[in-house]
Order: sequence, then C-alpha cells, then structure tokens
Amino acid sequence: MSLDDAFKDPFFRDESFFGDFSYKNSPHAVNRFPFPFPEDDYMYSVNMEPHVKGRPGSIFEHYFDVDEHYVSEMRDRARVLEQDPLRCQSLPHMTLAGWDLLELIMEKFAEEYPQWFALTKDSNRWHWINRPLGIDQKFTFLDESTLPMGPFEYITRQAQGDFTLQDQREDNLWIEAGMVTSQADWSLDFDIGMNFHEWHAPVPLAHQMGIFDRALKFLLALQHGAPVRRFNWTMTVDPLLDTSPENYHKWGPTKTTLTPENIGKRQHLRVELQTLIRLPRSNAICFPIRCYLISMDDLVTRPKWARRFHRVIKTVPDELATYKGFIRNKPMILDYLSKFDDGAPTSPGWWPED
Amino acid sequence: MSGQTRLTVIVTEVVAVNSLIKRFRFVREDGGLMPGFSGGAHTVVEMDDNGTRRLNAYSLMSDPADTSGYEISVRRDDTGRGGSLFMHNGVKPGMKMVISQPVNLFGLDLRAKKHLMIAGGIGITPFIAQMAQLDSLGHRFELHYAMRDRELGAYMKELSARHGERVHAYYDLEKQAIDLANLLKIQPLGTHLYVCGPKGMINWVLSTAKAMGWPKGALHSEEFLAPPVGEAFKVELSRSKITVEVGPTQSMLEALEAAGVDAPYLCRGGACGQCECRVTASDGEILHYDHWLSDEQKAAKTHIMPCVSRFKGERLVIEL
Repeated sequence: MSLDDAFKDPFFRDESFFGDFSYKNSPHAVNRFPFPFPEDDYMYSVNMEPHVKGRPGSIFEHYFDVDEHYVSEMRDRARVLEQDPLRCQSLPHMTLAGWDLLELIMEKFAEEYPQWFALTKDSNRWHWINRPLGIDQKFTFLDESTLPMGPFEYITRQAQGDFTLQDQREDNLWIEAGMVTSQADWSLDFDIGMNFHEWHAPVPLAHQMGIFDRALKFLLALQHGAPVRRFNWTMTVDPLLDTSPENYHKWGPTKTTLTPENIGKRQHLRVELQTLIRLPRSNAICFPIRCYLISMDDLVTRPKWARRFHRVIKTVPDELATYKGFIRNKPMILDYLSKFDDGAPTSPGWWPED
Repeated sequence: MSGQTRLTVIVTEVVAVNSLIKRFRFVREDGGLMPGFSGGAHTVVEMDDNGTRRLNAYSLMSDPADTSGYEISVRRDDTGRGGSLFMHNGVKPGMKMVISQPVNLFGLDLRAKKHLMIAGGIGITPFIAQMAQLDSLGHRFELHYAMRDRELGAYMKELSARHGERVHAYYDLEKQAIDLANLLKIQPLGTHLYVCGPKGMINWVLSTAKAMGWPKGALHSEEFLAPPVGEAFKVELSRSKITVEVGPTQSMLEALEAAGVDAPYLCRGGACGQCECRVTASDGEILHYDHWLSDEQKAAKTHIMPCVSRFKGERLVIEL
C-alpha cells in the first residue's frame, strides 16, 4: 500500500500517534469533537440511539466519518500491524462477513466522499480507488484470491477506527474477527472466540445492573437497515491510539509522568463512537469502534464542556475510574478542570454552542 | 443512511407452483437493489386484508446473491386466519406492498464441516436460499426433503437440476421415509443439522439427534407458527391503561397494534422472544403456543408471547 502517491489533499494532517506525538486537532476538529456527556453526571447505561445522519459538519454527517486524521491514522495502523500481525485476525468462517464489511465501506465511502474514493462495479468485477492512500485495485467480489490479503484486513487498513465482527448463533454473539490497533486496553488476541458475556466480564457494575442481558437481547434482534450507536469514553495520556495490553509496559508508566504543568497538554479524553450494524450476507454484526482524542487544553476552550467535564469526573465512581485507568491522576485532573468550572449551569445535550 | 427496516416493493410475479403453493416475487418500488441477505432469513409481509392489518413472516427462497428481487412461497391454509388466503386470492402482479428487511433466525453456522438439511413440505423454502449460498461458497451440504406426493413436491425438479446428488426426495404417498437414525449415524464429525417443517417432524429429528449424542450447538430448527385462531378475549395493559379486545382470528399482537400500541416484535411466530410480555394478573388459563418460554415460565403464568398465545378466562393484565 503506497502512501506517497501524487495525490495530496491538505485536508489530511501529517502527524504521529507515538514518539513525538505530533497529533493535534485543528479548530474545526475541536469544534466537531464528539463530547460524550449530555448531562453533568455520568453513569453507565446502554445509551443506544439510531445511527442516522446528524448535523452537517458533525461526526454524524456521514455513515462513516473520515476526518483530517485519516491518512496518519492508517499509517499508524500499518505500523502497529507490522510489529504485531495478531492485531488483525479473522476466523475462517468470518470471511463472508469480511466481504459484507468491505462492500459496506467501499459503497459508503464512494457515495459520501466522491472527491477521495470511487467504486465501479461490473457485476462481480469491482474497481476501487482510494486517492488519499494511493490505492487503485481491481478485484472480483467474493474471490479472495484477487485481493492482496483477506477482505476484512484489506478494507480495515483503509478505514479509521477498530472493527470487530460478531457471529450470531446459539442466541449469543461471538467475537470472531477483528482489526484492533486503536483500542482502550483490550486485546483481540485474548478475546477472539469469546461470547458476549465472556468478553464483557471485566466491566464492573454493569453486570449487576442487568445491562449486558438487555443489550444482548437488543443486539440479537438488530435489523438490517437500522444501525445503532453509542459512546464510550476513557482517559489516555498522550495521543496514543494503540493503548493495548500487549504494549502496556510502554504506555502504562506514562501515567506517572503527569504534572500540573503538563497535564493540560498530555492528558486526553478518549471517546469511542461505537456503531452496531447488521451485515447482510453473513448475518454477522459489525462493531466499528472509532476513537477520537482531545487534549484537556483543547477541551476547555469550549466553556460548556469545561464545566461539565469537571462535574462528570467528580461524580465518576472510583470503581469506574479504576477500570478506565485514571484513578491515580483523578485528583490532578480535577484540580486542572476546577479552574474552568465557575458553577454556572450547563445547557442540555453535548453540542458546544447550544 | 436511514433507520429503514421496511421496504416498499412491487409484486412482479405470482406463480401457482401447484394446487396449494404460490410463489411471489418482489422488487423495489424505487428501482433500486434489494439488500443482500443470508440463507435462512425471512421477511415479514404486511397485508391490508379488507381493513385488517396482517403481518406474516415468510422465508426468503431466492438466491441471496440475486439482489434484483426477493421470492417467497406461500402455502394456502384454508382453515387459517386468512393471511395465506389473502396472499393467494388478493395479491396480483403490479400490486404495491410493504415488507420488512430480512431477519434471520435460522442462520447457517459457517463453521460446519458439512450442512445436513432436513425439510418437510413448505419447510423447503429457507433451504433453497441456503443451498444457493452454500453452493457459491463451496461448502458441503446435503438435503433430505420429505413431502406428501410428487404433485406437491414443489421445487424438487429445480433443486435436482441445480444440486444433483446432493438432494434426496421422499414421497409419503409412495411410502418413502427418511432413514433418520442411519442418516445421522454416518455423518462426518463437525456436521451441523438443520430441520424445517411441521412440528412433529422437527421434534422427531431433534429428539433423535439428541438421543444419539449430537451437540446442542450443532442442531438448528425453524418452525413458524401461524397464530392460532380461538375465542375472543380481553387483555388489560397496565402501563397504557387501556383494555384491548382480541378477536377470534386476530392475534393479541395484532390487536395491540390495531389499538395503536407500539409493541416490539420480530418473527411474529413464537420463536424469537422479542414480544415477550410480563403478566401481572391472570385469572384464567394462558394458552401458550410459543416455543420461546420455558415450561416453568409457562406454568408460572408470569409471561406471555402476544404474537401467538391466547387467553381464556376472566381477566388478563400484562405490563405494556
């Protein structure tokens, strides 16, 4: 996959998610950041809503959001995969679901971003062009031998966010394929083959609340044409996409290097837009997990978010702060945020200017 | 992108396959392609039967790779509630109808080393789509198809032409029967068993396989129950605070919908569990017809499946 094609769109930032961490959000990206808290306090809920088009300019404008970080994020994925190929796995029976996903992404990208992507079909002979990544591929749909790698890996190297594919059988969902390089501390290699209850076992509190039983029943009935979405969030030091258990020894200790002076720049809110999509030919469920990172310095430039985020962090139970991995720095985070909370009321919803 | 779970379609073909079965083909009204689907999926067809709204689930039998249209087959049930009669007598080519996006409660397990399929009568339809899909994927399968006689053996000729030795027919009137015990005995390890047909056949196949030690996860069955007819009854809804009258040829779910209650559903045939309701008071007998609730739940009278089950007695209150 060549990234140094003649095509260059200045929209895409050239930046890194490791080493010097040159990742940054433009003012436009800050303004459209998916701040995930509609209220001043936080507790688990299934919080699903239909995945329908939202406000122009927002991350909900398109079915899949392709943003200014696209090219650099794909480069980071290739880097992580080179070091650890097991971040992408697809059990043999999931190949059909991989084709389903390839079709969905190619069709949506070509339809919604014609300036960057094109797909033409002559029956099963397809022609795919990805200009930002310099890819021009002719292949036969459903014939693996015509692609340089399996359909799932092929397409998820070209789409932001992690992806997992769940097979549905025995009234359960089984995670049996995944491309996982920008994860909040979970391992595909560890989880692959598990069912819905097994892979959620580490999550505190929610089991007792019956959340997973209800969520599973809901997902088993997820219908074609009616995808849903929800947010999840955590805290990450430095804009590191690959916060994996495999590399914990590299990024875990950075939590001890935060100071009141650097916390605004280095502590990031990490938001996952999770979508759930029923795939047609395989009846599998696709679960894109799209990661958005914002530094606290950028976040507090929106007064409503600054006030609310302070109140949310204050009310997060310690079990959750521990699970999300920021209990150690919670007091320092609160100190930083308290300076931006004057106690004024906040308007409902998460849009910054409403 | 939309939250679109229904498709507006035009009926393009109505074919009398034999004296009991008609086949229908639907294409999209807007001229677009149908969504792809997985073998074993069904669609819920919405009917306006002289002001009575009926929603019946039918297996998709066309090739899942063919996104130009969907096909279903409907067996006429002269003593039923009228859905199949409406399809047979009321649906003509050119008519506009609304159908649901595909839903699959009878999916193939693509981990299987071999797919062994047993069909009875009209239960053949999901297998037609599944075999087309397995054929294009290069998976190993074998069909055993029992029917009353050659006249009613819809689709056998086509299937033989398409799949050759992989399909086997059994005609009741010619005293032919599936030698099930032997068939199950000779299957290679990793075979998955699928059965669709009348209740008696499903029970026979599943109980034989279980007794022979087949793992539960390798057994798949689908039986759509048509909601049975019965005596009229009333049901009180504790949340909506209304009482709904259920007519003799109406299901409780249909009556709720007719009363404007937005009740959840998926299969409308007692199989998927989506419409399960908690019963808060029951002075009488709940006539459970579903195969979703456990025997304990049925006996405890704590839940009811309004898509197929009925009530006989003084007072029924459900949480809805």
